[in-house]
Amino acid sequence: MRHTTLFLAAGLLGAPLTFSQDTVIRGGTVLTVTGGTLSPGEVLIRDGKIAEVGTSVTVPDGAEVIDATGMFVMPGIVDAHSHIAAESINEGSVAVSSMTGTGDVVDPYDVNIYRELAGGVTTSNILHGSANPIGGLNVVIKHRWGADAAGLVLEGAPPGIKFALGENPKRSRGMPAGVERRYPATRMGVQDVIRQAFIEAEAYRQEFADYEAAKARGERVLPPRRDMKLEPLVEVLEGTRLVHAHCYRQDEILQLLRVAEEFGVRIATLQHVLEGYKVANEIAAHGAGASTFSDWWAYKVEAYDAIPHNAALMTERGILVSINSDSAEEARHLNQEAAKTVKWGGMSEEEALKMITINPAIQLGIDDQVGSIEAGKDADLAIFDRHPLSTYAVNQMTFVDGEMLFSREKDLAMREAMAAERAELEAKLSGEDDAGRGPGGRGGPREGVRR
Amino acid sequence: MTRVGRNGFVIALALTGVCTIAAGQEEESWIIQNARIHTLAEGAEPIESGSILIRDGRIVEIGEDVTAPAGAAVIDAAGMDVYPGMMDSVSQLGLTEIGAISATVDTVELGEMNPHLRAATAIHPSSEHLPVARANGITHAVVAPGRLGGFGGGGAGISGQASIVHLDGWTVEEMDINASAGMVLTWPTLSTRSFNLATFSMDRRSFREAKEEYDRQVAELGEVLDAARRYAAAGEAGARERDIRLAALGPVVGGEMPLLILAQGEREIRGAVEFTKEQGVKMILLGGSEAWKVKELLVEHGIPVILGPTQRLPGEEDEAYDQPFTTPGELHDAGVTVAFATFGSSNSRLLPYEAGHAVGYGLPQEAAIRAITVVPAQLFGLAEDFGTLEEGKVANLIVVNGDPLEIRTEVEHVFVNGVPVSLDNRHQSLYEKYRSRPQPER
Repeated sequence: MRHTTLFLAAGLLGAPLTFSQDTVIRGGTVLTVTGGTLSPGEVLIRDGKIAEVGTSVTVPDGAEVIDATGMFVMPGIVDAHSHIAAESINEGSVAVSSMTGTGDVVDPYDVNIYRELAGGVTTSNILHGSANPIGGLNVVIKHRWGADAAGLVLEGAPPGIKFALGENPKRSRGMPAGVERRYPATRMGVQDVIRQAFIEAEAYRQEFADYEAAKARGERVLPPRRDMKLEPLVEVLEGTRLVHAHCYRQDEILQLLRVAEEFGVRIATLQHVLEGYKVANEIAAHGAGASTFSDWWAYKVEAYDAIPHNAALMTERGILVSINSDSAEEARHLNQEAAKTVKWGGMSEEEALKMITINPAIQLGIDDQVGSIEAGKDADLAIFDRHPLSTYAVNQMTFVDGEMLFSREKDLAMREAMAAERAELEAKLSGEDDAGRGPGGRGGPREGVRR
Repeated sequence: MTRVGRNGFVIALALTGVCTIAAGQEEESWIIQNARIHTLAEGAEPIESGSILIRDGRIVEIGEDVTAPAGAAVIDAAGMDVYPGMMDSVSQLGLTEIGAISATVDTVELGEMNPHLRAATAIHPSSEHLPVARANGITHAVVAPGRLGGFGGGGAGISGQASIVHLDGWTVEEMDINASAGMVLTWPTLSTRSFNLATFSMDRRSFREAKEEYDRQVAELGEVLDAARRYAAAGEAGARERDIRLAALGPVVGGEMPLLILAQGEREIRGAVEFTKEQGVKMILLGGSEAWKVKELLVEHGIPVILGPTQRLPGEEDEAYDQPFTTPGELHDAGVTVAFATFGSSNSRLLPYEAGHAVGYGLPQEAAIRAITVVPAQLFGLAEDFGTLEEGKVANLIVVNGDPLEIRTEVEHVFVNGVPVSLDNRHQSLYEKYRSRPQPER
């Protein structure tokens, strides 16, 4: 059924990436996030971009007008930590797996792309797992449901890489039988692996610098052998590749900041960073962003001091904070997760909304494209029937690049078509002779096996 | 006159000065005044501005005109709402502290037939999870042993007796509401696939193999209940040999104690319903991911459902994206009795939001509130003492500054067993500690 779902969705929701018509959303409240709340507010979408936003916008001839009376229009949600839409997540057999990346294994058929779209998510940072101190490269995707793997990738997003500290990379919970232990096994070892890798990357960079210098002098020299593990780390040293570092405890957070500073590196985001509130001064001084869960705690030792006030406390100390999901389920209600920062820690509603829109966009270096409702940005929008911080709010429509890729109304209508198709297929199956259709036989329905 | 501050400390105000005393030590009665009171009593409208007088653990008076007796501590709840305390209908509060550290986890015993084990035996009154849940308005909870969630399958069998406790008390005996409230049975799963932890991959087997194992497991459950009946009969006839396993099942086969059957799939739910009808025992369905497929069956047999978290993914790729969100409303509309539960411990405080999430998708708001207050009290035979705010009931209640199903609403006061409890907890303390850390000049 998985492919049926996809094709039906793509079919009903329009051919992707053709922008022939202007769209105006009017009558609702527009939560621009960076430019205040407009009530009523209007948005004009043209060629996939937000052309105008204000209390009253131009309505071009022939524009499609969407009546959002009583509804709330907000920027599409940006999730700074996700593992959806990837065929694999962890290359944990080595301590440094920077030669791998989720961008090579994007799975455009993952139904979670659509499910999250239904929750208002339009951009996700697909990270490598946390099995090793230096993990693989990330890919930032737009939830362009119906597009192929290459079509999902957000052009212009700065490249990134996953780092990981603490219990996961030191594999403190043991491995299945038959899997050998691997260095590091302590937080000391984790820091060592990262430092050694930076030292190697510096040497590698020097080799190329020497080569270029020799060439410039007119010497006939062979280029050094390329190393796909070290190339991304050189980009980290150069500041052109963002480090997204999984971390929990205050000691490991500090050790990472310090080892990075040794090499002149600024960590872009500390991910999870559950004890970030304890070292908020130091994080702020380093200039790292923080991307955390709203309220998960106690599932492991390093999560025992997690508090739901973390996001608010770090914000108060001057850190740029986002709320992420790390879960295909949690991502479906990030608006509610943001609301928890109002409850625990007293964030304003606007600050709360920023934590799932413009703040993660800044952290990922894509705030020139997404994260707020501003003229010139991509028309990525979610329209809720109530204020999105309400538990009762239901997302009605999601736009990506100006295309309405989720509509609750259309989804509900689509179910009837799917039910009819399913009934037809089942009737066919039960009517068929069993011959030649045994278990695993060619004619048998393919099971939708997932990881 | 004395006043109760937000953190449950009674602040005594006298003309001559102010002193602070710890809650519950000297006070005997409390009166909550000027509140909008949602009694949830059958057919009753909220009292727009009323009072609740609490003494000796009970609500002794409730209404628009209640005179404050001399010496009663006064809580001015002007602009606030009072609701019955929330009940997490299935949790593991007190049985687990840090999920990944087995030394702190007492949820799953070895063996498949442990009807004689009781959750209350292992509930740790000092667990940090209890004050965290309490601070968000959860006043009492069903604590159930067994593997209630997670992956890997297996775990079919009877894991023990669920216990209902107040989320406050110096000892588990003081917390006790009903230590033997239900028998937890994880229904066998008919699955051709199972997750192998050793290889981190899926193992497969034929349907026939799976069906044979399933049938055998169901037959064994029937045999155990038969044995319990024979044991009870032998006891009545004077037999003196003791078997505490079979004795524990006596109230189940006697129809007094419900089987709390954890089953998710349509096939498993049907199997469990058929089994309990044949056996003539009471059943409450736990989990019920696919209960929406068997609404009529559940109505027909009057089987209530304690739903697992609303905020979960659909079971199948081709299931509607919002199926877990709409299931509570669908069941309610069909006439199925629905309660919510977190099935967890650290996340027990999220109970109101699991209920609230279903409201946007069709469950009436009042039904959602009832599903975490009145309904679970009724399901577990506690309706005389819990679930609504009425004279004579145990004073488990919350004072909130709005709709408790909304995340932004704050819980101002919590009464457990007739006493205001502290809303302080591990999280609040850590927050205050690190909020006071000096900040450098920037």
